[in-house]
Amino acid sequence: MSQTIATPPTVRLDSDVIGKPISRPEGPAKVSGAAKYAAEYNVPNLWYGYIVDSPIVKGKITKIDASAVLALPGVQQVFSHENVPSFAWFDRSYKDDVAPGGSPFRPLHEPEILFSQQPVALVVAETFELARYAASILRIEYAVDEDFNTDLDKARAAGKGFDAPKGKTGFLPPPKPKGDAEKAFQAAAHKIEGEYVHHAQHHNPMEMFATTVEWLGDGKKLKIYDKTQGAPNVQQYISKIFGLGKDEARVISKYTGGGFGSGLRPQHQVFLAVMASLELEHSVRVSLTRQQMFSLGHRPHTIQDVKLSSDDQGCLQSIEHNAFAETSQYENETETVVNWSGILYKSDNSKFAYELAKIDVDTPADMRAPGAATGSFAIESAIDELSYKAGVDPLEFRLLNYTYTDPTEDKPFSSKRLIDCYHEGAKRFGWDQRNPEPRSTREGNLLVGWGMGSGCWDASMQKAAAKASLSADGQLTVSSATNDQGAGTYVIMTQVAAQTLGLPIEQVKFNLGDTDFPVAPIQGGSWTAASVGSAVQAVCQEIGKKLLKLAQRMENSPLEGIDFEDVQFADGHIRANEDITRTVAIAEVLAASGEAKVEAESSAQPNPINTMKYSMHSHNAAFVEVKVDEDLGTIHVTRVVNAVAAGRILNPKTARSQVLGGTVWGISMALMEEAYLDNNLGRYMNHNYSEYHIPVNADIHKIDVIFVEEEDDLVNPLGVKGVGEIGMLGVAAAIANAVYHATGKRVRDLPLTIDKLL
Amino acid sequence: MNSFTLTQAAAVDEAVRDFAGHAGAAYLGGGTNLIDLMKENVSRPAHLTSLGHLPLSDITGLPDGGLRLGALATNADTAWHPEVEARYPLLSQTILAGATPQLRNMATNGGNLLQRTRCYYFYDLATPCNKREPGSGCSAIGGQNRVCGVLGTSASCIATHPSDLCVALAALEAVVRVQGPRGERTIKFADFHRLPGNQPELDNTLQPGELVTAIDLPAQGYAKNFTYLKLRDRASYAFALVSVAVGLEMDGNTIKTARFALGGVAHKPWRDPAAEKMLEGQTASPDLFRQVATKVFAEAKGYGVNSFKIELGKRAIVRALEQASEMDQAIDSNAFLNSNP
Ligand SMILES: Cc1cc2nc3c(=O)[nH]c(=O)nc-3n(C[C@H](O)[C@H](O)[C@H](O)COP(=O)(O)OP(=O)(O)OC[C@H]3O[C@@H](n4cnc5c(N)ncnc54)[C@H](O)[C@@H]3O)c2cc1C
Ligand code: SF4
Repeated sequence: MSQTIATPPTVRLDSDVIGKPISRPEGPAKVSGAAKYAAEYNVPNLWYGYIVDSPIVKGKITKIDASAVLALPGVQQVFSHENVPSFAWFDRSYKDDVAPGGSPFRPLHEPEILFSQQPVALVVAETFELARYAASILRIEYAVDEDFNTDLDKARAAGKGFDAPKGKTGFLPPPKPKGDAEKAFQAAAHKIEGEYVHHAQHHNPMEMFATTVEWLGDGKKLKIYDKTQGAPNVQQYISKIFGLGKDEARVISKYTGGGFGSGLRPQHQVFLAVMASLELEHSVRVSLTRQQMFSLGHRPHTIQDVKLSSDDQGCLQSIEHNAFAETSQYENETETVVNWSGILYKSDNSKFAYELAKIDVDTPADMRAPGAATGSFAIESAIDELSYKAGVDPLEFRLLNYTYTDPTEDKPFSSKRLIDCYHEGAKRFGWDQRNPEPRSTREGNLLVGWGMGSGCWDASMQKAAAKASLSADGQLTVSSATNDQGAGTYVIMTQVAAQTLGLPIEQVKFNLGDTDFPVAPIQGGSWTAASVGSAVQAVCQEIGKKLLKLAQRMENSPLEGIDFEDVQFADGHIRANEDITRTVAIAEVLAASGEAKVEAESSAQPNPINTMKYSMHSHNAAFVEVKVDEDLGTIHVTRVVNAVAAGRILNPKTARSQVLGGTVWGISMALMEEAYLDNNLGRYMNHNYSEYHIPVNADIHKIDVIFVEEEDDLVNPLGVKGVGEIGMLGVAAAIANAVYHATGKRVRDLPLTIDKLL
Repeated sequence: MNSFTLTQAAAVDEAVRDFAGHAGAAYLGGGTNLIDLMKENVSRPAHLTSLGHLPLSDITGLPDGGLRLGALATNADTAWHPEVEARYPLLSQTILAGATPQLRNMATNGGNLLQRTRCYYFYDLATPCNKREPGSGCSAIGGQNRVCGVLGTSASCIATHPSDLCVALAALEAVVRVQGPRGERTIKFADFHRLPGNQPELDNTLQPGELVTAIDLPAQGYAKNFTYLKLRDRASYAFALVSVAVGLEMDGNTIKTARFALGGVAHKPWRDPAAEKMLEGQTASPDLFRQVATKVFAEAKGYGVNSFKIELGKRAIVRALEQASEMDQAIDSNAFLNSNP
């Protein structure tokens, strides 16, 4: 029968689970409460630690009187710098995978206070309520040092800035200057100069940080249930500090209730919980309050100066972008802030700078699209300003200055379909209907404005590993120590595995969040899909190779003599590409082999040649409509179209959710988010969900997400670029630009609260 | 949070006695504010007299045509009560502009009157605050005072009363019924909350142990011309930066009676009877409204961060009076601003 089928040389019978809007397998567990988060593992004989944090910003603890606390029946111990045993000595032991340069904070090591809300003691008791009460009556005396500063403007005025040093993985120093930006600026037909500011913002994931340490009573063996975006990072941190072997400190993080960057670095609760558990030889849980979540890092307050100029046609003549950001006294948190301007637009003259200043706060932390959210707000606002000066439509202006190569590195892009984002986004939005004149559109009491912004983000990949096991009943289990902070890792990895081996998705299970699995990087940088996805693909290919061998060992095997490259896996079969009727069912292969299962472990890493030759980025363009009540200063974002070019979209459902979330983050950054810092006290004051505002449902109106076609076989084997951060970019600027279009008022200081429009 | 004992009182006099019989007692309504304050160690009652079982959750008509709101009726039940919706739509709209459905389902009317300020410092034991700890100082002055007041402030405290409900009750000239160790009495709404002066620790004029049993609404509900305009940092689940409750009695375009109150600007819902007088007998007009707004804020004092509330407050008064006087003309922005389902 095979002879009657006229097959073209290669037919792919892909089961095509990749690219399908498949729901998360863990969804039912999450909505029914069966999915356990770090603070929900009720291991037997659990004790509870409650953190006492510093009311002062700078100074020294002079006395701790724990007698009343220790006298309470049920209180087990009070830990502070006075009795914390000394563990590792050197800074390097406290450095996690993504630590910035400097000297990491060591909880309870010194009497010195480095920031407000610094953890200063841990009370451990038999119930949570008792620990919390005991913490409230612990007497601690401080010698206050009044010589502190938490005001970034003040630090800047005092000339405290210094060039941001290297030291953190992933940080790109500002691009080298080109031409003579100052001279070009002076000579140009149109120019603008602006200072753009946003203040400290806190991640505020829904799930509070918590660690449950299960003392296994077998030597020093611990099972550590932690809230983190990367169990392996926590494991190596804990192991180095406490001198534990890999099998002694197993870190588990099956579900993470949001992280947004706050869970990239191990947070102090995991140190405290492990320390208490080892000291007391007992299971211990430490969980933070919402208020304490404001001591775990934040998007750094950043002041940006942008100078742009163009010729009379609107072609950019110069780009100058300088950023000035806060860091703590003990570490140099760095972000890539200004480089994006250079990547997005071409100009013969450009100059960039990025400075830090130390103030008395906890070290800032990466927060969704770190640096890019910051930089894109400034450059995309400035581009908008210049487009008005030049009398060119903001979209037209961007098209005029479009670049097909990355000017900062003089490399081609592996792919860049930003131009399609512009066109498709504008079309869906109806941009051509826009009256260019500010204040030109009214609806009753409201002024209507349309604005746009765009952005780019690294399409990066890290080394990652995975293992897989295919059992005789056809069930495939793939595991990797990666994380799912809600992004959809579970489902996309299941899809990649199912597709690679041509199995029905119901027969595939993906496990993550356990350091007993092969190592994967932290979940950040939008690189999980590329990194872990490639590892999953690689390990499934390994399984495939083994299956092919087993198939070829079968009697009269139809696949005799065929190379792995020449077969395909689809609908539960292995088939020859050249003749798909030459096929064997995987189930038959397994049955014939007599093996109980087929196993493999593999890893994937970026192609060094491609990463050297090409600039790899995802892009987006956001179009926004706002309605402004000018008398009352209220702004409503009534419509957003967010068009994204991010390579291959593994799952349009979860990818869309990521971009929706990113868009909401952009709205939040534009209109609401600011941690109000009291510079007299050196303390964030709106440290709760009631007063630190993020949007509620009623603030969010229509959001339309477009994924433009983008094929990229250079970026990684799967052709994916990741969608975790890209959706946020350009949105805040688009809103500020739309507000300008509506009102004629330019606001450069976020958030755009009522008072700023009065 | 410290340990405490708890009694479920079944009758009002039993609750009053229970309270008197326990040192450091507090009444517990829906707990949406008190429990938070206990978790933050701002309140440390040794004993709670729980009011949940008191027969005070009814809403009943009064002989003079008014309406009695039981102190234990929830904010939600009050807002959705047919009599309230029909005759006091201002009250209904105001309640629904506050908090969230979940909170309104728990929060009681009595508790709403007695909720404490949302001044950031009041909630944070690490900071000086005269209201929490008399004599310790006021961090909000010279600090982060976005949520603080600009009218009737004092050198010792600039906090605001955060309630929405109370702003409408002030405009409606409700009467608070209380029962205490010395019996029952009534308090005019305008006299219920107080200005901080040099005793910011006192929010209101209740005597120790007094229990709110009901709130009486007079017959006039301004059901034809009213508005509640709430300006806030997000569309829901945020306290008012400035809010205005207005009830007007109109004769054509002439204002016969005017009552209005402001939230978010003072230690109590802010009434200005002289400003209301300026409206009465006059033709509604933007000019008149602006004069009234200017009068209300004539003595206002901004504290830096919150100084914008003076201008915002004036504009809010003008807009709210416009809306109330032109009830038939729907105004778009209000659909957003008060879109609490
Ligand atoms: C996040 C958040 C957002 C909110 N947003 C808003 C908002 O936008 N607008 C708004 O108006 N409110 C808002 N609220 C406040 C809410 O309305 C109040 O917490 C609620 O009305 C208090 O009522 P309760 O019954 O829960 O009082 P409780 O918490 O039980 O008690 C509050 C106080 O009143 C006392 N008390 C209670 N009942 C009586 C009584 N019958 N007699 C004497 N004393 C009594 C208690 O001792 C306590 O001191 C918000 C609250 C939260 C937590
Ligand atoms: S305004 Fe009042 S409540 Fe706020 S800090 Fe000052 S004294 Fe305390």
